[in-house]
Amino acid sequence: MRKLSVLYKEQKQQVLMPDNRGYFGRFGGRFVPETLMPALEELTEVYDRIKEDKTFHSELNDLLKNYAGRETPLYYARRLSESLGGARIFLKREDLTHTGAHKINNALGQVLLALKMGKTRIIAETGAGQHGVATATAAALMGLECVVYMGSLDIERQALNVTRMKMLGATVVPVNDGSCSLKDSVNAAIRDWVTNVKNTHYIIGSVIGPHPYPLIVRDFQSVIGKEARKQMLEQAKKLPDVAMACVGAGSNAIGLFHAFLDDPVRLIGVEAAGYGLDTGRHAASLCEGSPGVLHGAMLYLLQDENGQITEAHSIAAGLDYPGVGPEHGMLKDTNRVTYVSVTDREAVKGFMDLARMEGIIPALESAHAIAYLGKFAGTMTREETILVCLSGRGDKDVSQVSDYLEINQVN
Amino acid sequence: MVSKITSGFEKASKANRAAYIPFIMGGFPNKGTFVSLLKTLDDGGADIIEVGIPFSDPLADGPTIQKAGQIALEQGANLVNIIQTLREEDLPLRAPLVLMSYWNPILRMGIEKFGSETKASNVSGVIIPDLPPEEAGQWIEIAETYGIDTIFMVAPTTTATRLESIVNLSKGFVYVVSMTGVTGSSLVVGQELLDTIANVKRISSLPVAVGFGVSNPDQAASLSKVADGVIVGSALIKKCLESPDGMAAIKAVSDLSLGIVERLGKSQAAGHA
Repeated sequence: MRKLSVLYKEQKQQVLMPDNRGYFGRFGGRFVPETLMPALEELTEVYDRIKEDKTFHSELNDLLKNYAGRETPLYYARRLSESLGGARIFLKREDLTHTGAHKINNALGQVLLALKMGKTRIIAETGAGQHGVATATAAALMGLECVVYMGSLDIERQALNVTRMKMLGATVVPVNDGSCSLKDSVNAAIRDWVTNVKNTHYIIGSVIGPHPYPLIVRDFQSVIGKEARKQMLEQAKKLPDVAMACVGAGSNAIGLFHAFLDDPVRLIGVEAAGYGLDTGRHAASLCEGSPGVLHGAMLYLLQDENGQITEAHSIAAGLDYPGVGPEHGMLKDTNRVTYVSVTDREAVKGFMDLARMEGIIPALESAHAIAYLGKFAGTMTREETILVCLSGRGDKDVSQVSDYLEINQVN
Repeated sequence: MVSKITSGFEKASKANRAAYIPFIMGGFPNKGTFVSLLKTLDDGGADIIEVGIPFSDPLADGPTIQKAGQIALEQGANLVNIIQTLREEDLPLRAPLVLMSYWNPILRMGIEKFGSETKASNVSGVIIPDLPPEEAGQWIEIAETYGIDTIFMVAPTTTATRLESIVNLSKGFVYVVSMTGVTGSSLVVGQELLDTIANVKRISSLPVAVGFGVSNPDQAASLSKVADGVIVGSALIKKCLESPDGMAAIKAVSDLSLGIVERLGKSQAAGHA
């Protein structure tokens, strides 16, 4: 591991901003119907302006602190570290934010952005329901109308979050197309946006979609890495040797990684291998996919030889998406981040391990990152440290996991 | 070289009517009926025929065209074999063909190959709903090499600056999207649409065709007074979806087409004002 650290020091500084057409290397851009292009131009202009706007940032920071509960703790997971017998593991506790996942960071930022643009209606897609809950929450806070599109399969497996969204005053629209999961709910949200673009802001929940979304969502999520970097220096007195996060479409991972891109820190993104990469039923777009255009951007995605998008699979609804944000594509191409994967089964084991050893029930998404620790933390020394983004809490997943344990007789 | 598509509009214009541009989905409801539908439309007064390429994630389309695309995909239709069908079948179509495809299937095929193959299949133009001018540079060069017209869309939200560059890049005709929405929504011909058409006409001599939501002869008639062409898609597909079999679908499409073509006359339409 040390050798790698030295290597990274010698690497060129990373590209931190997309070009003016919204490209990170060969990924990104804007592939949307003309109806939406003016809205994206407006969004880019407004975002460029508020980036320098101190009032906007103090408003947002106030909400993040006093409403969402930031900064989130950095927690040294002693028993988990000791059980793996190697590096010391630190968890960045995004699960402790209001609404229970990192998604609130972006939802609050984008709702403020919508207000600046004079939009009165908010729409969102959601997979696990965490982004839907965060958006419904932020919309309730600002008194805005909110419609959330959610695949019917996800509505079934994340029933708790559906109830939460409804209680928060949002309308949850079931999507019955295609795989009835996250990909299809993005299609439905884009169709709504094309129809109602004049009064509606679409809050995309991850670092995907046409420019400037991947940039906006990354900026709002980068608070994760900024805080964690400072906290590591305080608690461990040095930067982590490794920083890792689960990767579905990639927002919590980008949020964590961004602060470390120019540091000698090894970065690992953990994708969902579903039933196993060799079964073809997975959501590992970076490990197994190829470049193409989905939901308005060029990115790594899962597709067949005719360019049809194939269905992803993951036990974690939030990772069940056949593409991954453009910036991740660039970070893969430049080898700055290593992308790996763990199966449903391994993720469930990670979920249980964290619950039993640390008294923390993680989201199934985050459990993928926990599960991958088992593959290498033991080969490191106690002087070394691993920073893991614990992106969300697992209340939403408990019934699904107990069903899984019963059927598969794990543990 | 005069574009075959432009000639399609000229033919209609000489007959003192707006061009009829039906849209059908390649490979829908199956390969055989698709080919018959092409011939039916060609015989039934189509001036230009739009053929859709089915895609798993058609984000500009409403439920009707989504459904047709899904059925076509289940039938095994894809960009490669639809282009092949257009070449192999005995199709001496009078009407020029325009392919409408989302960008990813084209990318996957390879844009150079897409250019040469569509040309070889006698395709005159392409519409790519998720490829705005900003991303189209490389494709336009290839399209020009093969003499394929790329038709860009103008939307109700399009700004003046964008309008100019879109219209200047368009070949064959300019596709005016009638409303903010997906295909198959219900259309009301209002002032905003009339203004958009007028704005395009002010800066370009290209024909203007209006699409999205044109579902019956009355709407076609009112559009024919202001546009050079009328695109009808979801309404035809809906007729097919409602038909018990291929024969019935062909008859329903033929009847609706005749009803529309009858009402596209410019002078006759004035009487209905």
